[in-house]
Amino acid sequence: MANHPDAAKTGDLKLSSITKSFGDFLAVDDLDLVIPKGSFFALLGPSGCGKTTTLRMIAGLEEPTSGKIYLGDTDLTDTKSYRRPVNTVFQNYALFPHLTIFENVAFGLRRRGIKEVKESVEKVLALVELAHLRDRKPTQLSGGQQQRIAVARAIVNRPALLLLDEPLGALDLKLRRQMQIELKWIQTEVGITFVHVTHDQEEAMTMADTIAVMNEGRIEQLGSPADLYENPKTAFVANFLGQSNFIKGTVESTSGADQFVNLQGTRIAIPAARNSSTHKSLLVGIRPEKFRIHNVGDATTGNKLEGGVVTDISFVGVSTQYQVEMPWKQELMIFEQNDGGAPNLRKGDAVTLSWEPHFTFALDGDEDVKSGLAGVDGE
Amino acid sequence: MAFAHAGTATASKPGRAGMRIPYLLLLPGLLWLLLFFVLPLINLAETSTKTPIAGGETGAYEQTFRLQNYVDAFSENSAQFSRSFIYALLATVLALAISYPLAYAIAFKSGKYKNILLVLVIAPFFTSFLLRTIAWKQILGEEGPVISILRTFHLIGADTSITATALAVITGMTYNFLPFMTLPIYASLERIDPRLMEASGDLYANGLTTFRRVTFPLSMPGVVAGTLLTFIPAAGDYVNAQILGNPTTKMIGNVIDSRFFRIVDYPTAAALSFTLMAAILILITVYIRRAGTDELI
Repeated sequence: MANHPDAAKTGDLKLSSITKSFGDFLAVDDLDLVIPKGSFFALLGPSGCGKTTTLRMIAGLEEPTSGKIYLGDTDLTDTKSYRRPVNTVFQNYALFPHLTIFENVAFGLRRRGIKEVKESVEKVLALVELAHLRDRKPTQLSGGQQQRIAVARAIVNRPALLLLDEPLGALDLKLRRQMQIELKWIQTEVGITFVHVTHDQEEAMTMADTIAVMNEGRIEQLGSPADLYENPKTAFVANFLGQSNFIKGTVESTSGADQFVNLQGTRIAIPAARNSSTHKSLLVGIRPEKFRIHNVGDATTGNKLEGGVVTDISFVGVSTQYQVEMPWKQELMIFEQNDGGAPNLRKGDAVTLSWEPHFTFALDGDEDVKSGLAGVDGE
Repeated sequence: MAFAHAGTATASKPGRAGMRIPYLLLLPGLLWLLLFFVLPLINLAETSTKTPIAGGETGAYEQTFRLQNYVDAFSENSAQFSRSFIYALLATVLALAISYPLAYAIAFKSGKYKNILLVLVIAPFFTSFLLRTIAWKQILGEEGPVISILRTFHLIGADTSITATALAVITGMTYNFLPFMTLPIYASLERIDPRLMEASGDLYANGLTTFRRVTFPLSMPGVVAGTLLTFIPAAGDYVNAQILGNPTTKMIGNVIDSRFFRIVDYPTAAALSFTLMAAILILITVYIRRAGTDELI
C-alpha cells in the first residue's frame, strides 16, 4: 500500500502557476499560492470561483491543466491521490455507509498497513468525543457527529495536509458555530496544516489565520482576516467580506503619510498606506460600523460629512442601522452600537457623519462597486 | 387538561382516516394475489395428494390425502431436480460475470451513451422469450456462426455440435436472464455516491482496493436482487431445456410440463411444483441470510 512520508518531514504547500480548464471554462487561472506549514488557511469565494477545484487538485482528485504542486521540495503534481500525504473532509462527509464508525476511521490506516489501528482509532475518537459511537453505522449519527467522524477519519492518518471542502455547509447555524471553534481547537491540537474551502466569510474569518479570497479562478487578495476586512484592495473583497459604503472622490494632495481627497465637495484625510490606487479618481470605502452619527452642530473628530438626512432606521438588538441620504443623493449605511453613544434620531432628522481617517480605505475609481455583492448571501 | 384532551382528540381523527388509505391502496393488489395466486395454490395443494380413481378414465382423480405422492415425485425425479439447480446456478454465475462489468460500465463509464445502453439491455424484451430462444438454436446450430468460427480455429472437431447439449441450455438461460441481472446491479451501482470512491482514494486505497472495499460491498443489494431474479426463474425454466437441450438435459420444469400436459398426471405435477417451490424458498432464505443485505439497504 501507499506509504507517505511523515507529516513532520514535509514543508509548505506550494502551487505554482496552476491552471485548470474544463472545456472552454477556465476554473482556475494561473494561480500561485504558498500555504505555510501548520497554518489554518481558508480559500474563500462565491460558488464557481475555483476554490473547490483548487482543493481537488491539491487532493489529487483533479489534474491541473498546467502548473505544479509542491509539498516542501516534493513535486506532487503527478502523484495519484492515494499516494499523497493529504486527506480530505468531504462536503457531505462521504462516510462509508456499509462500515461502522470504527471501520470508517480505521480505513486509511488499514490501507497503509499500519499496525496499531485500534489504538490510533480510539485515540482520535476520544479527541472528537465520539468513542461511544464506535460500533454504529454512519446513518445512525446526527449531522454534527458525522462531521466530526469525517474529521477523525482524516486526521487519524496524520496527513501533512488536511483539506476541508465546505465542511460545515450542511449543519445548522448553532452547530456550525460550535464546530468552527472545535475545528480550530483540533487544528491547534494536532498541528496539521488545514486548508479550508468555504463561501461563508464569517466562517473563514473565525477559523483561518490566512484567507485567500478567490474570484473567477484568481486570488483577489490574500491576508489575515483583519487585514482583508480593514484594508481590502478591491471592491470584490470589500463587498464579499462585510458591507461597505463607497463614495466617489478625487485626490487633491499628498503630504507625508496623509492624502487629502475631495469627497463630493468635502475635504477628507486618508492615510496614504490605505489607498491601493494610483489613480486620481478614487472609490473611498467606509464600513458602516466605522461611521459615527451626530446631531447637526455636535462636536466631531476625524473626517466629517455634513448634510445627511435619516431615511430609515432599523433596530437589530446589539445595534441600530441607519440609512442616511447625502446631499449628492447617495444612501449611506451606518451601524451604531446600542450603547447610548448615538443620539436619539427619527426619520427625516438632519445629521452629520464622522469617522476616523485610519478607518478609510480607497480603491481605483473604476472598480465595480457591485462586484462580489451576489456572494454575500452565499449559496 | 380539558383543552389538551380536546386537542388530541381532534388531531387524531384525520390521522385515523389517513391510516386507512395505505390499506385501501393495497386492496387491488391483495385481491389479485388472492384470486390468481393463493386460490390456485390451495387448489394445487389439494391436487397434490390425490390418487387415480380405480378403473376411472385418464385424468380422473380422487382425494385420498396420499403424502407418499411427494416422496415418489421427488425420488423418481431427483436427477432432474439436481440438474435444475446446477444449471440455474451456472447460468446465474455466468450472468453475474457478464452483467457486473456491463452494469459497472453503464453506471460509471458510459457518459452520454448511458440511456442508449440501458435501452439496449432491455431491447431483447421487445421480442418474445420463445422467439429469442429459438434464435439461439440458429446461432448455435450447424450452419450458425458459433460453430463455424470454432471449427475454423479447430477448437472443436468436425462432428461436435453445441445444440442439444447442456452447454446450449445453460448459455440460453444465461442470455435470457441477463437483463434481470444487469438492471438491479446497475441500479445499485448508480446510486453509489461517487464521493465515496473519491474518499476511498483519498484514504490511500488504489482502484482495485476501492472496488473491493467500497464499490462492490455497496452494490451487494443489486447483486443479491439480480441473482435471485435470475436463479429463481432459471431453476423452474423448461423452455431452454426443451428448445436447446436433449432428453438428458431435462430440467424439473420439463418434468412438470410433461406430467401436467402430456401424461395428465396432475397429482405428481402438483407435488413436484410444491417441492420445487419449497426448495427454492429454503435456498434463497439461506442465501439472503448469508449475504446479509438487510444491513446494506
